[in-house]
Amino acid sequence: MPDYSWPPMEKRQVIGKRISRLDGIAKSTGAARYNSDINPPGLLFGVILSSPHPHARIKSIDISEAEHTTGVTAIRVILGAGKEVQWQGQEIASLAATSEDIARDAVRKIKVDYEILEHFVDEANLGKAGSRAKPAGEVTTGDPDKAFQEADAVSEGHYGIPVITHCCLEPHGQTVRWRGNRVDYWPSTQNVSALGTELARSIKVPVTQVHTEMQYMGGGFGSKFPADLWGTECAELSKASGGRPVKMFLDRQQELLIGGNRPSVFGEIKLGAKKDGTLTVWQSKTWATGGMGGGNLNADQMPYVYRNVPNRRINHTAVSINAGSARAWRAPNNQQLSYITCSALDDMAAKLGMDALDFFVKNTNLSPRGETYKWQLEKAAEMSDWKKLWKPRGTSNGPVKRGLGIGVNMWGGLGHDSKCRAIINPDGTVEIQIGTQDLGVGTRTVVPQVAAETFGLPMSAIKFNMGSNAYPPSGASGGSTTIGGVSASTRKATVNALTKLFETVAPSLGVSAGQLEATGGRIQVKGNPGKSLAWQAACAKLGVNRIEEMGENVSRNAPREGLISQGAAGVQIADVSVDVETGKVKLNRLIAVQDCGMVINPKLAESQIYGACIMSTCSALYEERVMDQQIGKTLNADMEFYKLSGIADIGEIVVYLDLRPEMDKRGVIGIGEPPAVGGIVAIANAVANAIGVRVPMVPVTPDRVLNALARRNA
Amino acid sequence: MEAFAYANPATLSEAAALLASSLYDAQVLAGGTDLISLMKDYLVTPSTVVNIKNIKELGGVAKGPAGLRIGATATFDELAGSAAVRAEYPAIHAAVTGITSPQIRNMGTAGGDLCQWPRCWYFRNGYGVLAMKDGKSLVPGGQNKYHGIFGDGPAHFVSPSSLGPALIALGAKITLVCAAGKRTVDAAKFFAAPKDDTTRGIDLQPGEILTEIVVPNAAGKNATYEIREREAIDWPLATASVCLKMNGGKVAGAKVVMGHVGPVPVDAAKAAEFLTGKSIDDATAEEAGKIAVEGAKPLSQNAYKVQLAKVAVKRALLAAGKA
Repeated sequence: MPDYSWPPMEKRQVIGKRISRLDGIAKSTGAARYNSDINPPGLLFGVILSSPHPHARIKSIDISEAEHTTGVTAIRVILGAGKEVQWQGQEIASLAATSEDIARDAVRKIKVDYEILEHFVDEANLGKAGSRAKPAGEVTTGDPDKAFQEADAVSEGHYGIPVITHCCLEPHGQTVRWRGNRVDYWPSTQNVSALGTELARSIKVPVTQVHTEMQYMGGGFGSKFPADLWGTECAELSKASGGRPVKMFLDRQQELLIGGNRPSVFGEIKLGAKKDGTLTVWQSKTWATGGMGGGNLNADQMPYVYRNVPNRRINHTAVSINAGSARAWRAPNNQQLSYITCSALDDMAAKLGMDALDFFVKNTNLSPRGETYKWQLEKAAEMSDWKKLWKPRGTSNGPVKRGLGIGVNMWGGLGHDSKCRAIINPDGTVEIQIGTQDLGVGTRTVVPQVAAETFGLPMSAIKFNMGSNAYPPSGASGGSTTIGGVSASTRKATVNALTKLFETVAPSLGVSAGQLEATGGRIQVKGNPGKSLAWQAACAKLGVNRIEEMGENVSRNAPREGLISQGAAGVQIADVSVDVETGKVKLNRLIAVQDCGMVINPKLAESQIYGACIMSTCSALYEERVMDQQIGKTLNADMEFYKLSGIADIGEIVVYLDLRPEMDKRGVIGIGEPPAVGGIVAIANAVANAIGVRVPMVPVTPDRVLNALARRNA
Repeated sequence: MEAFAYANPATLSEAAALLASSLYDAQVLAGGTDLISLMKDYLVTPSTVVNIKNIKELGGVAKGPAGLRIGATATFDELAGSAAVRAEYPAIHAAVTGITSPQIRNMGTAGGDLCQWPRCWYFRNGYGVLAMKDGKSLVPGGQNKYHGIFGDGPAHFVSPSSLGPALIALGAKITLVCAAGKRTVDAAKFFAAPKDDTTRGIDLQPGEILTEIVVPNAAGKNATYEIREREAIDWPLATASVCLKMNGGKVAGAKVVMGHVGPVPVDAAKAAEFLTGKSIDDATAEEAGKIAVEGAKPLSQNAYKVQLAKVAVKRALLAAGKA
């Protein structure tokens, strides 16, 4: 078997270089065509009629007026008479028309008579949840009661982190053209390879007839894996419209109502510790919602990172509410777990009168990767000037108070299943094909980087084709699995192809294939540039035959093979200033120390961390779905009161990527998710440190800060 | 949005005639930053849209002997860029630069700022400006952190105008024209809390076009202070605009107006009275803030806005005092 292992650090020519995103210019100038920019000839516009009610039974539905509107080409009832809707935004009907205006006006002509039913949307209020609350049962380790009795200090706190939505800037949707035996499918997806299979099943055509294509997509964050009802509707509308293509993307309100969300978590946490700061017991009563299905929380992950606390009592309750369903949200459940855990740890440190950093460091032995966290905490502390700037809670002077806080993250990040085809043509051109996608992680740049390294060629010599199900299948981009998956499959395919080229070239250089290497645009006898052929001359030896080799990453086998592995860790430290007269929090700096094994492109890995930190500022300071229990509706399904950070709100983000050799030898590990975890609670803890009192709920908005201060002063 | 007729008059009289012929069913379009989204959400469905951006006399920002004339279609960007505004009317300058979206500053107009509909999320979700359901306001028992802390109801929304408080503090007058003629009202009188769902909290009669704002020569030092959740484009949680006529180091006369705390800008006359004869320092500014929010009636979630309004008044006074 060929040697697939990564070249040693010191020998790498392309891997490890800070190469700028190859499609950066296209994206920033607007030249990149996202699938919502794809307008095939004869395009129709599709819309979904959404339920305005959170819970209702459809008594009747009358589509006749809409159907006979000029310009409407097809109309379909999704939920007919007798069916129940369970949340605002749920899909009732769809139609296609010749223009967006006609479609939007026509869909309002569908007359639905609803019988309004009772709703519940206020999951924060567990006492009112009644039968909507489904306890998961108690999980106990050790003897928590005894541990509390023996503890030198006991700290109790109440914490809440609300539902937020994915709020993709390119909403969910697709264009579909179903003409005869061919279905052209342009979705916005995290799952190019497999999505067509799902659509084919849903519309009952052979999978070979579905051609999926996506070069660019505008944000998924875990919410764009399935083909969704919208894909099916869009295809059926196209067919019913004589095969004209139909474009159907959710509008902004629908995007926030039904395009996915991150479950909330509320919790009452009680901790016990020894005087020296040793954490001895964790007790949590938590509840959460992710919509109708409730919201689960993995007891096994509590307390987060500090999992091996000897005594634990965990009770979680899932609360079902009348709201759109949760979807995976960039590190599902980890943000919530990190938030409740690190808030409680920070409060315990304050209770003990300990420096929070010392407390977090002291207990790192409760994590299986304790040494890594200890190193990272100390690194982040050094970078944030913690020792100089940190003061005990509430001792900062003046109306603008400064504070520091800590959050931690963990993640798996093992590369997904991926197949890659590497082609070397007799003219020396090289093509790499993978049915993967670039949802912002840098796939389009990293794959050529790996190929260029193997072939000893410049990046510009590699043509990378992706974003189509015509190419070898590769996994969905979720769970921080993409770069691990595609880098391993690319490495294998390119090594396999190069081996073939060596076999072709070896006789003319008078050596065996095993004695050759590819470097500097030449094929040469190892260590002997004098005995070599330029890449093109070497490829010319192929005659008329091209080399076409596959490489495959099989996730479950990968850890043994060594190209990739799993287990990322990180620490974030936030530095904030809080104006206690206005309650306004200003993020000064967010320091992020992160490991993710071997890094193919540090610039892009850092870019992932910057993005994740920006998302953390949104969730910590601004972002929240607001629902009204009286009407059961979301009041801010827009981008006006559903608030995301702007550039002026972000503060300075300082990234430290741990590239030490002991990290490098672990192989490639995904980075997309973990850095989006700890920043939220780091900011929340920094606020508590600044103002001297815990603000029990994020986002930490002026009302919450002022209320927390008022309660303390009352 | 629903289909509509689009008119593009070149003169004010033509525009007024168009509005007169379709009174309740026509809407005036200037920057469109509010109207277009209302139309897309089917909240406002005019049969006729009258674009006034091509009426030359409605534009411009100019300083003359009588004061500052702001044309209705002058954009926020023009206001922000005016040397006269910057030098003599910092209260206006700060109000405009508080709108931190270049897109909205480029498109949004002074007239549109005064005539826009409330941002109340119940209104924007189809419950009318009074947020009524089954004859009862949804606001007191609902999500009211952004709502008003002043006013006797039934309106609980906050006046969204960025310029309103500053214009009132500076004693501006607003001119309104209709086919039958023209009238001029004090900026303070232009705002009126609605009692039903047919108006939006301003004294703009059917058929009328807001044509210009005249701000008298600044009577004194002035400033606006604004508190928002975000630095990026966001609505203020509370603002205060003040104008101080000074006699030596003492206040000879003051105007203190709070914004985004009630369905109309709130004139804190008692705070102004308190300041008369005093110098502006931390203590008097603090006290004036306290007096300004006396009588506030916060809802279940917005008591914090009382504090914010108080701080806004204090900081606006200190800013004006330093000017």
